[in-house]
Amino acid sequence: MTTITPAAVTATAPTAPGAIRPRAWLHTTGALLARDFRVLHRDIPGFLVRVTVQPTLFVFVFAVVIPKLGAGGGIGSLFGRTTSSAPGAPLFSTILVPGLVASAILFQGLTAVTAPLVLELSYTREIEDRVLAPIPVWVLAVEKIIAGAIQAMLAAVVVFPLVMLIHAKGQAPSIDFHQWPLLVAVVLLAALFSSALALLLGTIIEPRRVSIIISIVIVPMTLLGCVYYPWSELSTLRWLQFITLFNPLVYICEALRATLTPSTLHMPLWVLLAVLGGGVLLVTASSVRTFTSRLVD
Amino acid sequence: MSKEAAIQATGLSKTYHAPHQDVVAVDKLYLTVNRGELFGLLGPNGAGKSTTVGMLTTRIKPTGGVAMVAGIDVGRHPVGVKERIGVVTQHNTLDRQLTIRENLEFRGRYTGLSARQARARASELLEIFGLGDRDGGRVGGLSGGLAQRVLIARAIVHKPDVLFLDEPTSGLDPQTRISLWEILRTMREEGQTILLTTHYMEEAENLCDRIGIIDHGSLLACDTVDGLKGTAGSDTLLTMRFNGDEQDISRIRREFEAADEVLAHSDAVRIRTRHAEQTLARVIPAAVDAGLSLSDFELRPPSIESVFIALTGREYRE
Repeated sequence: MTTITPAAVTATAPTAPGAIRPRAWLHTTGALLARDFRVLHRDIPGFLVRVTVQPTLFVFVFAVVIPKLGAGGGIGSLFGRTTSSAPGAPLFSTILVPGLVASAILFQGLTAVTAPLVLELSYTREIEDRVLAPIPVWVLAVEKIIAGAIQAMLAAVVVFPLVMLIHAKGQAPSIDFHQWPLLVAVVLLAALFSSALALLLGTIIEPRRVSIIISIVIVPMTLLGCVYYPWSELSTLRWLQFITLFNPLVYICEALRATLTPSTLHMPLWVLLAVLGGGVLLVTASSVRTFTSRLVD
Repeated sequence: MSKEAAIQATGLSKTYHAPHQDVVAVDKLYLTVNRGELFGLLGPNGAGKSTTVGMLTTRIKPTGGVAMVAGIDVGRHPVGVKERIGVVTQHNTLDRQLTIRENLEFRGRYTGLSARQARARASELLEIFGLGDRDGGRVGGLSGGLAQRVLIARAIVHKPDVLFLDEPTSGLDPQTRISLWEILRTMREEGQTILLTTHYMEEAENLCDRIGIIDHGSLLACDTVDGLKGTAGSDTLLTMRFNGDEQDISRIRREFEAADEVLAHSDAVRIRTRHAEQTLARVIPAAVDAGLSLSDFELRPPSIESVFIALTGREYRE
């Protein structure tokens, strides 16, 4: 019979046990990322459906259907800005583009990171396999955040042309690409922020509560996330404007507005970058902590 | 520690802090497993086996003591330990998103192999474990025995110094269990150090070079099978049940306590003795004289089970 474990020579040729070995860790992290993208690659249609259906329907209804209704003086006229009747004011489609890209980023983080993690931590315990990979557990947490962030950015790339191109005649959103380096930075920060939030959520919610999360987190977060209106327009409802400051989606939407549609109202860019940057650091640190304490007890 | 030890636990403890009462899962455990040994940690469910393996494999933080695995301090250098161990956990932790082959390949890549090396190693193991024809299959629908094979194959992809298996044959049918024993024996012959936990006496007895008996988080005894039988369990165990007055039964118990060690048991008289025949010849007439009638009788020659009963005073329940 062929030998199962010929000569006890380890594949990794270990050196000093306590040494920090960035190259070995990088190799392992790379392998973990390769695994995540092998899984994603296998389900590209599923990924596309998840990412595109909701925003496509949204722009279809608000940038195609309702403006057409409005042309006849019907229900569409109730949506003041779907037609260009008010000169100087942005079209609704212009408000929507950054909002829908932002929610695609945030919710791709949740589907890519939170949903599988809740299962792996509880029902299947698959996570134990990943925990035994020869890296510190915090590196594994960071790998999960990176994998989620890459998927969130992919979602943004897929959704952006859809929401930009689907509209009725005369309803084209006015998008500004002049600040593209800033745009790249904002998308990157937003993706990392979303993915870290998703990891935090995945480590603190109980599996039987997952459906509650959808109704008490996702829906209110979207409706009150400044996806469909700029934050500053909430000034007539001060209390609501204040409450929405605790919604992370607000900062992602506003940051995309500041870079993609700078002519619309938005929070100051420096505030947005500070919140997103600080958020990435803070949420990463706390999610790494909750993740580690769930795995090593 | 000695150069030969693959695993050494010194006063290893784990206490879980619960709101009302702390739960001591492992209580100052001392254990040495030598290189090349197939060691069995035997104990009933809840004895602390999985917690011990969890601590030795970096997944559970001890609240006391030191564990050394492959010469490395587990608490101080968990990553170094993870490089040198393979683990088959109690639950099926196969990556359900991947195929059987990919499970092996990615484990190889996690542990430092290049993609090409990992592919070659996966092919080799699929062949050895008789999984060659289903390498592209998903792991979802695998039977318990096949899943266990894949788990073991995955655990040794990187040729670990020490292989841990937590209850590897639990829930498998007898035939599958025996074929897994064959795999483990072959690995042992090739020099693989293995620590396995089991609650099957028969498994520990048939498979392991040495056995550690664990209960309530402490190691009660640790020796070869013959060594264990030669000490605590060298006596024959007689179990008699009587119909009659409870007080009379108690009196019989007390009466034979002086001659032989009597183990308290709710509804039976249980005696450990080296002279089974003589003891019976005295106990049964005495019981009959007291108006009791024998309803059940069992004579058990020395076994790991009698060792366990001798050590704990309790019946072993798998």
